[in-house]
Amino acid sequence: MTTLTVNGIGRTVSSTPDTPLLYVLRDELELNGAKFGCGLGQCGACAVLVDGEPVFSCITPVMLLEGRDIRTLEGLGTAEAPGPLQAAFIEEQTAQCGYCIAGMIMRAQALLERIPHPGDDDILTALEPQLCRCGTHMRIVRAVRRAAQNMARASEAGR
Amino acid sequence: MSHAISRRDVLRGTGALVLAFSLSRHAFALTETGASETALRGLPGSLDSTPLLDAWIGIDAGGNATIFTGKAELGQGIKTALLQVAAEELKLPLPRLTLVTADTGRTPNEGYTAASHSVQESGTAIRNAAAQVREILIGEAARRAGVGIDRLTARAGVVTGPDGVRYGYGQLVSDQLLHVDAQPTSILTDPRDFTVMDRPVPRVDIPAKVTGGAAYVQDMRLPGMVHGRIVRPPSYGALLLSVDAGPVEAMPGVIKVVRDGSFLGVIADKEWTAIQAMRRLAARAQWEETAQLPDEARLPEALMALPSRDQTILDVGQPDVPSYAINALFSRPYLAHGSIGPSCAIAHADDDALTVWTHTQGVYPLRNALATLFGMPQEKVRCIHVEGAGCYGQNGADDAGADAAMLARALPGRPVRVQWMREQEHAWEPFGPGMAAHIRATLGPDGSIAAWQHEVWSQSHMMRPGPPGTLLAARDIAHPFPPPPPVDLPMPEGGGDRNAIPLYVLPNARAVNHFLPEMPLRGSSMRSLGGYLNVFAIESTMDDLARLAGQDPVNFRLRHLKDERAIAVITTTAERFGWKERPRPPAGSGYGFGFARYKNLEAYCAVALEIAIDQDTGRTVILRAVAAVDTGQVVNPDGVRNQIEGGIVQAASWTLFEGVRFDRRRVTSVDWAAYPILRFAHVPRAVEVHVIDRPGLPFLGSGEAAQGPTGAALANAIRDVTGARLRALPLDAAKVQAAMLAASFKAAR
Ligand code: FES
Ligand code: FES
Repeated sequence: MTTLTVNGIGRTVSSTPDTPLLYVLRDELELNGAKFGCGLGQCGACAVLVDGEPVFSCITPVMLLEGRDIRTLEGLGTAEAPGPLQAAFIEEQTAQCGYCIAGMIMRAQALLERIPHPGDDDILTALEPQLCRCGTHMRIVRAVRRAAQNMARASEAGR
Repeated sequence: MSHAISRRDVLRGTGALVLAFSLSRHAFALTETGASETALRGLPGSLDSTPLLDAWIGIDAGGNATIFTGKAELGQGIKTALLQVAAEELKLPLPRLTLVTADTGRTPNEGYTAASHSVQESGTAIRNAAAQVREILIGEAARRAGVGIDRLTARAGVVTGPDGVRYGYGQLVSDQLLHVDAQPTSILTDPRDFTVMDRPVPRVDIPAKVTGGAAYVQDMRLPGMVHGRIVRPPSYGALLLSVDAGPVEAMPGVIKVVRDGSFLGVIADKEWTAIQAMRRLAARAQWEETAQLPDEARLPEALMALPSRDQTILDVGQPDVPSYAINALFSRPYLAHGSIGPSCAIAHADDDALTVWTHTQGVYPLRNALATLFGMPQEKVRCIHVEGAGCYGQNGADDAGADAAMLARALPGRPVRVQWMREQEHAWEPFGPGMAAHIRATLGPDGSIAAWQHEVWSQSHMMRPGPPGTLLAARDIAHPFPPPPPVDLPMPEGGGDRNAIPLYVLPNARAVNHFLPEMPLRGSSMRSLGGYLNVFAIESTMDDLARLAGQDPVNFRLRHLKDERAIAVITTTAERFGWKERPRPPAGSGYGFGFARYKNLEAYCAVALEIAIDQDTGRTVILRAVAAVDTGQVVNPDGVRNQIEGGIVQAASWTLFEGVRFDRRRVTSVDWAAYPILRFAHVPRAVEVHVIDRPGLPFLGSGEAAQGPTGAALANAIRDVTGARLRALPLDAAKVQAAMLAASFKAAR
């Protein structure tokens, strides 16, 4: 038994402690966001945030995550009430097949939490570990840029 | 319909061609989508093979419509485009439409979702069916109200007329009303009156995909579902001599080890357990390997030495001259589709029926293959398409479907989910074939092309199911099915010879297709088939000829074109790029141009690039890409832009990075480290796509239009920067750096 905090909720999971987080999220907690892409830490399809840092969930055993704060795509919003990055991805129509997008959004989330006004180079560097095969890169960069603008505007309006 | 026109265009564009088709090629009169070449009934699009209107469109008592298509969403946005077409002609708001895609239990048989034909085939069928359904509803309203149809209008799901005549669609439909055959002609909405088509309607599938909804077959969880994994052989055709399965069967959570000849798999209650069991099983398996692969370092030579079936596909004028100014060999390696999500399927078997949820591109052909494989009646096998990761052609989808079915039949009553591992997808998918192309060309005294010869060598680009022997599992079982005879896709679309006939007007030209029946590595369809290499070769040569003639490469192309639409995409691209006034580039930068009409039948596309090459590493980055595309009548302009943008980036990846690696026995590029693709550091810094709208003209596929022109434009830009003409793909950093060194060495001497 391992106790995890996933999207702010405490969850006790029965998978063996050596099980990579990805399989616990998908199989046991029935969350679709993190995807299996390579299982090797090479593509980022499985990226989630652990204490705000992006990690490859496919190679991170759950025993290392006891008590840590895990966030997945589901934690950022829903189709009805999308979070700022999700909304920007919808506005920019950023997907072809979309299989890579969950990982892209999670890594972008980490970036925007660290650097709220990223330049293009910041975005490209942050996303370098993430692969997309459809060639949606241009729109992914645009969506991240737009999310940063939307968030800045929202926080100004909130002031 | 659109084809007849397009073929005539080709003939017109290239002078009086002699297109010779041998009988043997006609015997395989297979098209890439599996659709019949010859019209049976003369009905538009896929209505020709499925004429009943209610096979395509159902309207319920509430006046909502369900649309049925035999095509599948592959990430190209087809769902949204087909809904737009249906909504436009039905005069129903989009939210009142539901779309059911490829399912052998529910939808028409539209063969494969391939070859950029979906809007042409299914979109045309649905558009016409929807228009006819609308007219039937109006006719029914006229009958009931006793007024002429010309006094009635259909809008927003309601037919209205004089004196308060008003019927909702739901009131008008009855059981058999739409159970009629389609007519050859329909009253189609004038493009000027479009309210849904030709608009950038947001894609219906994107919200779920960006929020973690169940969007893919990988996300399906059926009650009682268990997880399977397959142990694939170490190399093509390897035989399983022995396996000590006992310790694996004893692992907690393992349900069953399944062996049939050399087919080996395991089923477990959890996915991670299945993966661990698969690894242990693999370690305990003894194989006999016999595969003999060609020498990777000399792949073009190896291909050209294979026995071939030769066919002259173009022969006009006198292309034989004593010597040629250009005499060059171009080649591409085997390319991986490399889906980001490895192939996956779920199968459920009970007493006498089998259901498979799959991201195959052809549910009916896969169903037929599985029925033969298992000796079942076709109607007892149902294949349902559920989206997977982008496939770009035939990846492991069909094989994974067969794998899941094999395991499910060994565990009746439980749904079994199988997902391939990354190394399995990389080693076992049917690659885009390695190819060679030889071009010889020369200029006349007037600076135009006087003679042109193109030869191309390739194995089959079409080894999709239908025959069970196309499936890996069917070849590994104790009583295997033989691999089917290789299919040489016939012209005018072609396979390896796709786009081997230039669209340019060439008075003296020959093109020869050397079809290789042998398959050194497993191969099948990958986006644009042979078109990528043929356009790469033709457009590289056009560039060199322009240079020899002392002419601007864009003007040189225009000078050899008659097709107005080709001229329009080239001039639009050049203007938007600022080609004429392009400044002298700083050292390390340069420009390149490329053009093709995909298959000589589909979308026209031209690409202009500005690139920079890092002088120390040879790394190429696209600074700016400008493209223009003509896809006939546009359904969703943003969808077209997305496809072209994606095509440019993907082709940049193929061109700059990619090649399947192998030794003399095994495929060795089994992960993303050994098979690198483009990452964000190499993303073009700007891409601009201009969509030329052609209201009322037939739909032309756009999904494969940008690949050839982009590859060629990159090669031409690299030539512009380095002075070196690179002809063996990929044009990776090492090759570019070596070319720059050679050039500077030459200059220094
Ligand atoms: S699936 Fe984890 S990095 Fe690829
Ligand atoms: S959108 Fe398909 S892999 Fe990125």
